[in-house]
Amino acid sequence: MANLLEVNKVSKSFGNHKALNDVSITVPKGSIFGLLGPNGAGKTTLIRIVNQITLPDSGSVFLDGEPLKQRHIKDIGYLPEERGLYKSMKVGEQALYLAQLKGLSKAEAKTRLKYWFDRLEIGDWWNKKIQELSKGMAQKVQFVVTVLHQPKLLIFDEPFSGFDPINANLIKDEILRLRDEGATVIFSTHRMESVEELCDDIALINKSNKILEGQLNEVKRQYKINTFEVGIKAENQTALKHKLDDKFSISEAHFKSLDNELKLNIKLQPEQSSNELLNYLTQQGEVTHFIELIPSVNDIFIKAVKNN
Amino acid sequence: MNHLPLIIKREYLTKVKNKAFIIMTFLSPIIFITLIAVVAYLTQLNNDGTKVISVLDDTKTVEHIFKSTDNTTYTILNMPLEDAKGLVQTTQGYGLLHIKESGDGSSNAITFYSKESPSLSLISDIESTLEKEFTNLELEKRGVDLNMINASKVHLNIAQESFTGKKTSKTDSVIKLIFGGAAGYLLFMFIIIYGNMIMRSVIEEKTSRIIEVIISSVKPVQLMLGKIIGTSLAGITQFVIWIILGGILMFVVSLFLGIDMAQMQTPQQEMMRQAMENPEINQQAQDLVNAFMHLPLVNLIFAFILFFVGGYLLYSSLYAAIGAAVDNETDTQQFMLPILMPLILAVYIGIFTVVEDPHGTVSTIFSFVPFTSPVVMLMRIPFGVPLWQQLISLLILVGSFILTVWFAAKIYRVGILMYGKKPSYKEIFKWIKY
Repeated sequence: MANLLEVNKVSKSFGNHKALNDVSITVPKGSIFGLLGPNGAGKTTLIRIVNQITLPDSGSVFLDGEPLKQRHIKDIGYLPEERGLYKSMKVGEQALYLAQLKGLSKAEAKTRLKYWFDRLEIGDWWNKKIQELSKGMAQKVQFVVTVLHQPKLLIFDEPFSGFDPINANLIKDEILRLRDEGATVIFSTHRMESVEELCDDIALINKSNKILEGQLNEVKRQYKINTFEVGIKAENQTALKHKLDDKFSISEAHFKSLDNELKLNIKLQPEQSSNELLNYLTQQGEVTHFIELIPSVNDIFIKAVKNN
Repeated sequence: MNHLPLIIKREYLTKVKNKAFIIMTFLSPIIFITLIAVVAYLTQLNNDGTKVISVLDDTKTVEHIFKSTDNTTYTILNMPLEDAKGLVQTTQGYGLLHIKESGDGSSNAITFYSKESPSLSLISDIESTLEKEFTNLELEKRGVDLNMINASKVHLNIAQESFTGKKTSKTDSVIKLIFGGAAGYLLFMFIIIYGNMIMRSVIEEKTSRIIEVIISSVKPVQLMLGKIIGTSLAGITQFVIWIILGGILMFVVSLFLGIDMAQMQTPQQEMMRQAMENPEINQQAQDLVNAFMHLPLVNLIFAFILFFVGGYLLYSSLYAAIGAAVDNETDTQQFMLPILMPLILAVYIGIFTVVEDPHGTVSTIFSFVPFTSPVVMLMRIPFGVPLWQQLISLLILVGSFILTVWFAAKIYRVGILMYGKKPSYKEIFKWIKY
């Protein structure tokens, strides 16, 4: 099985509001899958359906090739966006309780908790109450609880919110390590730079419909605009600009550089190649800057949602 | 996976280990007993002062009947009314009883003068004494021989017996009432105290945002049932401690402070004294023992357990649903009323209707209606309810309990994931269909 999770044409309505409309996604095994979308698009509903918190009105969900059932709960680790812990319970007791709810025996849970607590350097919090911890500290405990039972599928909804950059990095490294050890990760966030950094595949949900899905590189290729950011030194910049304008479609570019060169964004027609452009430019003057503009996930997100 | 025992254990331990809970458990009986002791002490203090009442009897016919007691001293005066008033005022007497010349028992002829309004029991005491005396005087005036009347007085005590040969008495009814009332009231208190506790614990899970983590591991229904059972066990623990501690404290207080609990309230004491003079008292003591024996004890115990559990679960699942529907405790008000109404109704029916007619139409109907049946039926059972009626009522209760849990679970399932706004009844009704 190449896909760990398959969601087939899932629909869900709450009263008159359609939260999901025939949404299908496939999450390849061992990948980090970015589930993106504007607020209220239906991401959380989809995640809740995968977690069997909500039942879909129609459609089916397969985990590792089997229809999703009650016993798959132990195969999934879920860190919801709305998360918290019992305030008046001690950290250790609480983590043990939550681990046992996921089906671990008490002894097993204890051993693993000790390992993770040492790993994240939170061992001496065991007897503290949650209300004595800061938000970030509590988040760490929650992260441990989510991954403790070694689930095949990990679902993180905004995992980095509340973390300082150091701890966010720590958690990011842990997520990557878990992926390398064979876990599959679904990652829902509004922080596009972390999507860029972590995700292998993405899906974009807007207004209850999936509008985009695929490998991140493929998606980027689709949204490529064949535009190059160019810097060129010339004696008569205005003349050069007019000359280029005849041959290509150009616009002003803004980037930082040392010299006061001519800065342009040059869009190529399908029949024109980048080599052609570069050759032409080198004949006109000294090229200081030549970069293909690859759309960021941020750009793709905005563009896709607007077009939709 | 069945996580119910795990959830119950956690709910129980968190409740029991909670500081406020521990303090309440041990402080409540102490406060309660201290309060009783203080009231008892103050009442005693109050009784220590002797009331001096002056009697000014213009007719000179009845003054001799006022005999001084420990608490009340009567002084017979013989002077004009204004002088008597002045005298009582200057000597700080409690009051002045004036019986006018034309006194023939009509109410206007007798007046009680005092600085403040006199105590109710004193006035009724004087009234009954005078009434008796004036009646006797009237009878004598009309030439009736008092001895003859006394001799011809008949004391009646109707023996009660059912067709099947069971002997009962008036005392039986009182004992039944006390038992039924206590059972019903206990259930009422238990529902209110621990229902609220369940509700708060559901709200806590919502506000601490842990709920989504939990229900990704367990079914909401399991969580809800675990909460209800765990909290109930904590409640039973607390109740048992209260009863034991209260009993011990009561014993200790009455032993060391030397406060006789029986002397707590004067009117009751007065009644006791009157009862003592009653020749039937021995018979009544005998009746009291018999009354206990006449109670359907086995039936009562079983019914108490079953109806208590059934009624409690019925209401507590609704409390859980309310907790799930709202975000904070202040929002619970509008939903509490419909729950409290049938509960209060049940207690009122129990107190007013069951006492009057334990097998009447109203009592019978409400002992079948699920939301009132636990309380009303528990109050009826000491009076003897046919087994089939109890079974049907219980069946209806269990049926509606299952229905309520299903209904509450629906609200719970949707409600626990809803944040922000206070839902209306309409919205909650919509959730059931999700």
